[in-house]
Order: sequence, then C-alpha cells, then structure tokens
Amino acid sequence: MNTVFALAGVVVKELYRRKDFYVLFVLTAVITLVMGSVSFFNDAKIVRYVKEIALLLIWVSALVIAIGTTARQIPAERESRTIFPLLAKPVTRAQVILGKFAGCWLACGLALIVFYLFFGLVSASREHDWPLLNYVQALWLQWMMLGIVIAFVLLGSVVFAAPSSNATIAFVVVIGILLLGSHLNQVALQQPEPLRTIVYALYFLIPHLEWYDVRDFVIYEQHLPGWTDCGLATLYAAVYAALLLWATWLVFRRKPLSV
Amino acid sequence: MVVKDLNLSIRAGEVFGFLGPNGAGKTTTMNVLLGFVNATSGAAFLFGVDVREPIARQRIGYLPELTYYYKFLTAEELLRFYARIFGIPRAEANRRIDQLLKLVELDSARKCPIKNYSKGMQQRVGLAQALINNPELLILDEPTSGLDPLGRMKVREIIQRLKNEGKTVFFSSHELGEVETVCDRVAIINQGELKVEGRVAELVEQHHANLEKIFLNIIGYSPEPAA
Repeated sequence: MNTVFALAGVVVKELYRRKDFYVLFVLTAVITLVMGSVSFFNDAKIVRYVKEIALLLIWVSALVIAIGTTARQIPAERESRTIFPLLAKPVTRAQVILGKFAGCWLACGLALIVFYLFFGLVSASREHDWPLLNYVQALWLQWMMLGIVIAFVLLGSVVFAAPSSNATIAFVVVIGILLLGSHLNQVALQQPEPLRTIVYALYFLIPHLEWYDVRDFVIYEQHLPGWTDCGLATLYAAVYAALLLWATWLVFRRKPLSV
Repeated sequence: MVVKDLNLSIRAGEVFGFLGPNGAGKTTTMNVLLGFVNATSGAAFLFGVDVREPIARQRIGYLPELTYYYKFLTAEELLRFYARIFGIPRAEANRRIDQLLKLVELDSARKCPIKNYSKGMQQRVGLAQALINNPELLILDEPTSGLDPLGRMKVREIIQRLKNEGKTVFFSSHELGEVETVCDRVAIINQGELKVEGRVAELVEQHHANLEKIFLNIIGYSPEPAA
C-alpha cells in the first residue's frame, strides 16, 4: 500500500500545483457570486436558482478535473519516460494503476470539499441555514460517482493513444449516461427486436451515474436518500470501479512502455 | 530486436560497458533485465531472483535514457517519492537525499521545480534517483546521451566515484572514449549476438587498436578507401 499511497501523493501534488483547479474554482465562484448578486423580479426564492447554478458548475468542474487529470496520467508517464525508472523499482503495473486511481480520486475529493465549502457559505449567507448532513451526503455520492468516472478514464488512457481523444470520449459517455441513462429502459420498450434487447442490455450494463446526482434534493431541501441507500450506492460504485480497474490492468500489463 | 543466447557475467564492484550500434539489442537486453518486457524464451535473474518478480529490482538502480522527471516536483520531493516506494524510513531518506544531492551537485537547486532544470541537471537528478536505495547494481542506459561536454564530464565523474565506492555499474553508451576511460570490462553486441567480451586493456592490446577501431571492426564497418 505504501507504493500506492506514494504514487497517489504525486498525483495530488500535481493537482494543486497546476492551474486547472484554481481556474475552475474561480470561474465557479465568480459566476455564482454574480448570479447571486442579481435580483430577478424581486423573487424571494432566487436563492434556489443560485444554488442550482452553483451545483451545476460544481458538477461540471468536478467532471473536468476528474477526466482531465486522469486522462493524462499514464500517457504522461509513458511520454516523459518516467514509467521506466518507476517500474525499475519494486513496483508492479497493478500498483501503478491503483496509485493513479487513488491519487485522482483523492484529488477530486479534496477539490469537492473546497467547492462544497464555498457552496455551503453562499447558501448560508442567503438562507441562514446550514444543512451540513445534506451537503456531506451530496458530496459523498458525487465523489463515489467520480470514482467510476476516474476508473473509466483510466481504462481509456491505456486504450486510446491520445489523452485528448480519451477525454472527449469520456465526456460524451459520462454526459450521455447522466442525461439518458435513466430513460434507456423506456427507449428500449419503443424499439423493435433485436434493438430492444440491445438497448435493454445497455441499460443494465452501464453504470448509472445519474443515481448519484442528488442536486434537486439539496436545492429544494428535500430528504436525501437514507444512509443505507448511500451505502448501497457506494458498494455499486466500488464494484464498477473495481471491474474497470481490472480491465485497465488486463490491457496495461501487456502494453509496451514506450510511446 | 531479437537477442540470441546472450550470456553476460558482471563481477561485483566493476564498471561494465555494454556496447553496440543502434538496434543491436542493448535496450532490449536492459528491458528484459528490468522486467519491462518478458523474454520470449529463457529467463533472466538478478541476484538469483527472476526479473519478473518486482522484488528482483529491490537491489538495483536504473537510469533510463532521456527521461523528463515530474516537472511539478522539486529534486528533493522526487527523491522522497522514490524513497517512499522503497519503504526507506523518513530519517534515513532525509540523510540519503542530502548525501545524493551533494553527490550530483544539485544541493543548491534542491527546492527548485524540475521544470527549471537544464538537461544536464535532469540527468543528474536521474542518477540521484537511481541511487536512492543504495543499490548494489546500477544500470545506466546511455547516461551521457544529449549532454554537453561539461555535463558529460560531471556524469563521468559521478560514475567514477561510484566505482571507487565499490558499486557495480552496468552501462550502455555510444561514447567509446568515455567507455575506455571508465569501464573495467566491456561487451560488444551486434544484431542481437554477443561479439566480444573482455577487459578493455586486454582488448586494446590484443587488437593493437583503440576501442573505437575495435568496435567498428567487430560490427563489420570498413571505411571507403580515399580516392
């Protein structure tokens, strides 16, 4: 585990030494604060719109950080040839994958904490309310969802040659699942065979990332899912992430190290 | 590149030069030794341990050719990262980092990000990372490649110092003058086959020529006669 944590530490350092996170955070903060300072039609519930915009920006920023950071990890190791001194030490390829995953996931977790703190402060300043448990649960579920996304992008990084193509494909797939994932079963019903079976199979095969999106619960202050449901969602994310990491290892263990 | 029936014996405490033209199989041999690629047949062992086992790499240090280390880290952080991989305790790691940064003359730049380093400094930080575990065997792949004469001299001096400390060094190079200066013994391979192996002084005496002429002769190069 020492090796995995050492590798993860380097990824976390990379995140806070690069500009990506700061740019996204400042953008989110500026847009949210500008929107929050405007009064539309003297609507007293304007704070809900502000919260909606802030959470949307947090989701987009978190996806950009997760996909952007993960997509370049293994290709950068190969391109700069740091993979050679790394694997010349008592390090296995499986540990490299786990270390990169852990690093990207932890980095995203830290970024989410900063974003949610900002969100909490903005909400509290307007509503004078601090539903901490709701925020913790929303953050946790989003972090678990990012675990699946990061494992998926890591697999893409050993399959596709360029990090940019991997990132683009990952964005399309993730946004596609978030928008259409829950409707695929209804789409399947309207299709003739064999398309119906194919769409159904897809519905059961894809990781349902949209289950982790509890923004509406936070915005409208509804009761969030119970902690048991949260636990099951965590387990679901762990299984998918593990399967994707295993597939990554299967591809990476035979992959030539040179670009 | 296919390497055929290569059998090398390297003695403890010697500097061994591994020579051959481009594509001769030097890097392939090193890649097999380091477990980066599996041999199609046969086996390779380091200190009696199959190279496919990660533990075989516990007692070696490796400097690859032209590597650009994590540019957002400082030399000190880079060495600490590698020390952590070897499970070296913090106090011992600090001691070794100080010692190595002095050895490679990067003590004054230890807090600078690697992105600001020159090529020569990058190569020297590479040498430091290869030594972090105090290895018994050091494998260097063209350690002076792409360096200016001053950078080359500094790397050569470090190798010389490591030799004096009793380290075993196995290195490939195209700089034959440098090999002649630094190495105790050399092996020359061509098209994946070992052509010659022996002490530098003995080879020079035996062939009545310097190492460069011996090398060119062995790989079958004959210069065009002048018109």
